[in-house]
Amino acid sequence: MSSESAVTGARRASGWALLVSELSVLFRRRRTNALLLALAAIPILIAVALRLSSSGPRAGRGPPFLDQVAQNGLFVGVTALVVAIPLFLPLTVGVVAGDTIAGEASHGTLRYLLVAPAGRARLLAVKYIGAAAFCVVAVLVVVVTGTLVGAALFPVGPVTLLSGDTIPVGEAFARFLAIAGYVTVSLLGLSAIGLFFSTLTDVPVGAMAATITFSVATQILGALPQLEGLHPWLFSHYWLAFADLLRQPISWESFGDNALLQVGYIALFGALALGRFLTRDVLS
Amino acid sequence: MTTAEFAIETAGLTKRFGAQTAVDGIDLAVPRGSVFGFLGPNGSGKTTSIRMMLGLVAPSNGTVSVLGREVPRHLPDVLPRVGALVEGPAFYPFLSGAANLHRLDTADRHASSSTRRARVSAALDRVGLSHAAGKKVHAYSLGMKQRLGIANTLLAPRELLVLDEPTNGLDPQGTREVRGLIRSLADSGSTVFVSSHLLTEIDQICTHAAVMSAGRLVAQGTLDELRGAGDAYVRVLTPDPYAARQTLRALGLGLEHPASERRTDDPARVADTELVLAPLGSIDLEPETIVAALIAGGVRVRGFSVERASLEDRFVALTGEGFDVVQ
Ligand SMILES: Nc1ncnc2c1ncn2[C@@H]1O[C@H](COP(=O)(O)OP(=O)(O)O)[C@@H](O)[C@H]1O
Ligand SMILES: [Mg+2]
Repeated sequence: MSSESAVTGARRASGWALLVSELSVLFRRRRTNALLLALAAIPILIAVALRLSSSGPRAGRGPPFLDQVAQNGLFVGVTALVVAIPLFLPLTVGVVAGDTIAGEASHGTLRYLLVAPAGRARLLAVKYIGAAAFCVVAVLVVVVTGTLVGAALFPVGPVTLLSGDTIPVGEAFARFLAIAGYVTVSLLGLSAIGLFFSTLTDVPVGAMAATITFSVATQILGALPQLEGLHPWLFSHYWLAFADLLRQPISWESFGDNALLQVGYIALFGALALGRFLTRDVLS
Repeated sequence: MTTAEFAIETAGLTKRFGAQTAVDGIDLAVPRGSVFGFLGPNGSGKTTSIRMMLGLVAPSNGTVSVLGREVPRHLPDVLPRVGALVEGPAFYPFLSGAANLHRLDTADRHASSSTRRARVSAALDRVGLSHAAGKKVHAYSLGMKQRLGIANTLLAPRELLVLDEPTNGLDPQGTREVRGLIRSLADSGSTVFVSSHLLTEIDQICTHAAVMSAGRLVAQGTLDELRGAGDAYVRVLTPDPYAARQTLRALGLGLEHPASERRTDDPARVADTELVLAPLGSIDLEPETIVAALIAGGVRVRGFSVERASLEDRFVALTGEGFDVVQ
């Protein structure tokens, strides 16, 4: 009995080794770090530009929250997120998610992982978790860098919420982390789409470009009033709808709607990716 | 653990790519414990067959069993017992050699994490790569990558090793080392299935072989069976072929060896001489006795030897062409 549980224990422990290895390979890659650096540059650019410009931005111009930054540096992080959501974040997510399977295929390592044997479903799951981990880290890099730079260049103080209430700095940072969580969840559907595209080809750049194009095209559809009926089904529909998290009392309703929509996309494209990957001939 | 007689067995195994049939109904039987040479020119379907054995590619028709279990159904049970090098080595160029092996080892969920480091360094040591363990693979030469690919198959003790063209890109010294390695693996009880388009690189180590030609299996068996056991033949260069044939026939030798006699590229052959070949069969004659008989028969002997058909001759005859020809 005890030896049997030791065996399953060892097995479970080493079952995680592939995930640990995937994360360490992903985050040690120079390309991943370059993407994260580019994301970190967004709040830095915003903060420095605002600091250098003599006249502050007029209210109502530029990205939301921008006019708040000069009074309160804490807003740099969330301003940078808003700037990054339509293009920069989907771009980096497209690069990482599009690379998941196609990158292994192009290196030829896919066949060796499968022969090891990694198990096709297990490998796909590990790859998706890796892409999701990248989403978490990417969003955190923007928010945390923004908060630090904002605190360094601007006064920091209690935050006035959209509802007019004022909350202390600590709670404000917690709210911003909740927004980071919201944005991370927003990117999970796109990650599943990227994973699926990645199972279709041995050329990673193709899967990356397809994912990024898909994201841009979806946002264009979302901007066309003629297609209003379609909008609630687009994975980008709730991307910027996190204002609820800046009200008192906090409302989690849009968070829930967004999460549900993303789960739908993960299920759909996860199933498509699995169906494709389980049956495909590995010829790379 | 199953103890099937064959390490690999295929029945009617077929793979079509569109209109092209890359592997055409092959029935392969690789005995346990053998060193099995899988020979054939480039493009004859070796790698595609190997991909089907390892579950990378689904057969269009037919079945494969590996270590007694049918694949792809039993792949999770079979693959941990198999080490494979398929279509050349492939690694993450931005990781070191050791990190690459480490990464691929984590993919096997049965591989123990606690012994991983030791197993990786033992495998690197076995292929002579310890000095380059920490070097990024993009700085490796082709031969070093090939060694690393072989090291990857040695991360755990395996019942079966499938090595697709393991000597590709190796210098003669490296080729000798790989041969030695294959021998030692075979001595430790593993079955080694090794493919090559270069017969001479593996014919000294194989106990069995199969020959592929344009997707078909044209021969298989022990090496002696393939050579045609006892199929030595007499080879005479002479301007008097008719007299030579008569003399040989009088000695009880059989007819000419047709496949070999067709060859016209013999360097020893000059304008008016012809090559006469006669299988020795079971006749027990000393070479000098035959030469004496030929001279007594008035045959001007310009060249004489008693040879065994080389495997190369057999394969040229079977595949209808030289070994390096790309189809
Ligand atoms: N992905 C593919 N698509 C189409 N044809 C292929 C593919 N892979 C291999 N082939 C064809 O299958 C045949 C056998 O190839 P292969 O198994 O690689 O031969 P070998 O390993 O003996 O050199 C070749 O004619 C090759 O052109
Ligand atoms: Mg090949």
